[in-house]
Amino acid sequence: MTGTTYGAAFAVRWMGTVAAAVAREADRLTELDSAIGDADHGANLRRGFAAVSETLAKEPPATPGAVLVTSGRVLISTVGGASGPLYGTLLRRAGKSLGETGEVTRAGLADALAAGVAAVGQLGGAVPGDKTMLDALTPAVEALRESFAAGRAAAEAGALATVPLRARKGRASYLGERSVGHQDPGATSSALLFAALEEVAAE
Amino acid sequence: MRMLINVPETVVADGLRGIAAAHPELTVDVERRVVVRRDAPVAGKVALVSGGGSGHEPLHAGFVGPGMLDGACPGEVFTSPVPDQMVRAAAAVDSGAGVLFVVKNYTGDVLNFEMAAELAEDEGIQVARVLVDDDVAVTDSLYTAGRRGTGATLFVEKLAGAAAEEGAPLERVEALARRVVARSRSFGVALSACSTPAKGSPTFDLPPGELELGVGIHGEPGRERRGMMTAGEIAEVAVDAVLDDLRPSDPVLLLVNGMGGTPLLELYGFNAEVRKVLDARRVPVARTLVGNYVTSLDMAGCSVTVCAADEELLRLWDAPVATPALRWGR
Repeated sequence: MTGTTYGAAFAVRWMGTVAAAVAREADRLTELDSAIGDADHGANLRRGFAAVSETLAKEPPATPGAVLVTSGRVLISTVGGASGPLYGTLLRRAGKSLGETGEVTRAGLADALAAGVAAVGQLGGAVPGDKTMLDALTPAVEALRESFAAGRAAAEAGALATVPLRARKGRASYLGERSVGHQDPGATSSALLFAALEEVAAE
Repeated sequence: MRMLINVPETVVADGLRGIAAAHPELTVDVERRVVVRRDAPVAGKVALVSGGGSGHEPLHAGFVGPGMLDGACPGEVFTSPVPDQMVRAAAAVDSGAGVLFVVKNYTGDVLNFEMAAELAEDEGIQVARVLVDDDVAVTDSLYTAGRRGTGATLFVEKLAGAAAEEGAPLERVEALARRVVARSRSFGVALSACSTPAKGSPTFDLPPGELELGVGIHGEPGRERRGMMTAGEIAEVAVDAVLDDLRPSDPVLLLVNGMGGTPLLELYGFNAEVRKVLDARRVPVARTLVGNYVTSLDMAGCSVTVCAADEELLRLWDAPVATPALRWGR
């Protein structure tokens, strides 16, 4: 269904579904993070997305772009660590790229998220293959042009593909070779964004 | 793991309420997590603001006061604070002379302070930043996030804080802070892992009878694991790791730092061993500070930091300071 468009209510439902998924998976994210990071990824993201849901429920923005910009701002203000600025920038830039439009197509959403992913790369200085969230986000955004299901599958495959990689950015990079054999927590949580997107689009 | 807490969710706020109760000379905003000197902003003075994850106490809030920091922003345990806190702190302490952000080199701290600097400049506050990256256990290369900021943070905050108190302008305070970073190196050793309140159990696995050489202040791994060593053997490894990277030609400031779970008796004994190694390597020690200053919750272990001090740095070290954790000369 190429003609389908998605509005602000869709974007709000998407963020709410992400919040639920992050809450459900928080312990697993923290477990992954304790292997190669500092064991706080799940708790930090859960706190951030809970604040996003609360803010969106209080004052639902009028456009999908505004929903993402607001969500990004709330994440930057509540998460801390590297995840706050990185996730916040992803959503804020994607939202800004959507502009004032009231309805967006799947292709339009893919373009906007691609702008967000580019901004994440710029801010964090990472490239795909560094064992970061980009390893899930980059293929997912491309696959999203095909379908929501393809976006989800590509994100999950990208997250799994971080297992044999050696971390070059963030706290896991201190481990060097010892980071090999562990799945990256940021790539794993990034995949939740695309799983939630598919779930909400199927409703 | 038994912890002296109410619930894990409130440890940072509870700690801040306790700081407020103990230190009326500080203004503590528990809700927004900002600690500033009660007399801020100090007219005409450059202000220093630092911050980072909680769990490293007394860093940073314990170093707020005349002669050191003007403001501190504690984040969640081991999690960088958010830009809103830093901007709020900067606005509270800026007298118009500008603000220096002292940032430990961790990806989260760097990104959040970067965003905060932009936002503060939007509000008309002049901001400079100095990145502290003194941990020689991490190779500084394209393939890592770079050296971690650890014990040298205390030297930067004390020495740059003293320069600001003397009335130095922002460019001078910033240049001095960079000079301190360039002249400082650290190496840490863990004898046990630390437990975060949220997890309630050790964040990494260090079997009894083993130690981690080159550990970070969040329990990040270092260079290698070995079987238990004596204080003298550990001192030799730590001092040589530091001197391999920086061979001081000036007398040094020495920080023998506890990670939180090692008794002072052991730390002083370790300091004697460190001094013995430095003497043998012909590195004169000008000043020594021994204690728990840049900690990692309940981790047992220690770190050694040296700063090659010229006459100006020695004078600034001896200058008066009045904070909860460092206090002399007044």
